[in-house]
Amino acid sequence: MNVRVGPCSIRLAPRALIVGVCLILVAFAVTVAALSTGELAVPAADIVRALFGEGTPVAELIVSKLRAPRVVTGLMVGAAFGLSGAIFQSLTRNPLGSPDFIGFTAGASTGGILVVIAGGSAMAIAGGALAGCVLTAALVYGLAFRGGVQGYRLVLVGIGANALLLAVNSYLLTRANINDAATAGAWLTGSLGGRGWEHAIPVGLALAVLVPVCAALSRPMRMLEMGDDAAKAMGIRVEPVRAVAIAAGVLLSGVATAAAGPVIFVALAAPQLARRLTRSPGVTMGASALMGAVLLTGADLAAQRLLAPTQLPVGVLTAAIGGTYLALLLRKDRH
Amino acid sequence: MPDVRLSGTGLTLAYDQRVVATDLSVAIPDESFTVIIGPNACGKSTLLRALARMLKPKAGAVHLDGGVITSLPSKEVARRLGLLPQTSIVPDGITVADLVARGRYPHQKLMRQWSKADEVAVTEAMRATDVAELADRIVDELSGGQRQRVWLAMALAQETPILLLDEPTTFLDISHQIEVLDLCADLHEEGRTMVAVLHDLNQACRYATHLIVMRAGRIVAQGDPGEIVTPELVHEVFDLRCEIIVDPQSGTPLIVPEARRRVSATAG
Repeated sequence: MNVRVGPCSIRLAPRALIVGVCLILVAFAVTVAALSTGELAVPAADIVRALFGEGTPVAELIVSKLRAPRVVTGLMVGAAFGLSGAIFQSLTRNPLGSPDFIGFTAGASTGGILVVIAGGSAMAIAGGALAGCVLTAALVYGLAFRGGVQGYRLVLVGIGANALLLAVNSYLLTRANINDAATAGAWLTGSLGGRGWEHAIPVGLALAVLVPVCAALSRPMRMLEMGDDAAKAMGIRVEPVRAVAIAAGVLLSGVATAAAGPVIFVALAAPQLARRLTRSPGVTMGASALMGAVLLTGADLAAQRLLAPTQLPVGVLTAAIGGTYLALLLRKDRH
Repeated sequence: MPDVRLSGTGLTLAYDQRVVATDLSVAIPDESFTVIIGPNACGKSTLLRALARMLKPKAGAVHLDGGVITSLPSKEVARRLGLLPQTSIVPDGITVADLVARGRYPHQKLMRQWSKADEVAVTEAMRATDVAELADRIVDELSGGQRQRVWLAMALAQETPILLLDEPTTFLDISHQIEVLDLCADLHEEGRTMVAVLHDLNQACRYATHLIVMRAGRIVAQGDPGEIVTPELVHEVFDLRCEIIVDPQSGTPLIVPEARRRVSATAG
């Protein structure tokens, strides 16, 4: 299907369009549910009033200070993980080539834990996580580089780095005092609990820059999936495209981890689910971002409400779903 | 002297530090069906990759329409010169029509992704390669011969006046080899400049209008196959003693390798 607006014409598969609209509707429904339900139910009609500062003081506090930043952070972090996963799975041509598998998220954790032990603030922890992610990515890329980086080598080196960093993280926790270890442990599970606008804003700024970059990358990256020579023959400047894609993917997963901790499974599953739903070949940036947002906020909603009043960190839920999903993926690939 | 849009002069070609060829000069006559041939590891694919700007020469330059190919805008080059690489990866779950449509990339912009011209080019490319009825099939599920025709369709959709093919018949059985080569001959007759690396000397002689024969990184002979292919050349290049007869089907040279045991003419 072609969409023409003046001199612009964009090719869209009808199925991808429908899936996109459905995902937006689901994300909207989850958002409304997250804002209105909980210990204090706020009727949907009152949400808008509370958001614009015209509701009761209690509703206002709960909706715009507590629930709204949490769900907005969740939507954006989910989208960032989804995009990052889409980028790396496309670059490595491997569904396991997602940032939570090839060490980037573990590296972000290492950075975060180190700052916790050093007694840093929440903002400093986020900074440490981002730095850890970027450094790990540079290390993995450097080790996998041999006159260019091949997908499977990046995945293998990344899995090695992942194992090593997880061991380092465990070691750091044993050396920390009990309070730091508890703080770090809570952060390591990945959680959206207690997220305020100060967490949402940096992710929002990062997305404002990186989403257009991803949109521009999506067509050249689809060409890259056919191999370097085929892409070059089509006029793609392979190395610059790859470098920008890696930088964008690392920043997205770093920023997301900084805001919510190393939530696993979203970056791994969102692009795969998006692809299966849209049935589109190759990377699908938009659908992956929407799917990531839906998965993370949906999981967070379930984590808050399923065992209420007990509050689970969202990472526990995504890990449980992630394990099941991975088993299914491997089972399917055996044929 | 025929016109030449694509040529290489003084090329030194190397992968990392391993030098494959030095001081190689070659000109591809316009509207020719040029075939590059030679024994394994003679540098024929390397030369083709350099002509297609996949490999940057260590010395010398490849020229396209008078400009140095590696300094021309990559997308601009992709509108004039296409390449069918030796191996490409079929994206998971892609249909034939979608894969062929990807050949239109060099003609598209971020804000103008699909035009009437794209539609026409894709339809025409699928017709020419006889894959139109496969349009909605998943490429992964096709046979080797069909898949090669689909890749060729993608390169055709690119609508380049020059098309380079790196061993397009490898991995195909004999009937599919002939099918692909006949298709290339048709494309050549429509006015395209075709350049292919081939393994089979007899096929090269039959289809080439211009033959480039390489050995150990140098060009040993080039020209019309009927004029340059002799038993001496075959022996020098391939280390093979042979007899050359006229191909009864095409009238081109046919290489018949010497048998170790001769059958007596009167036997039987």
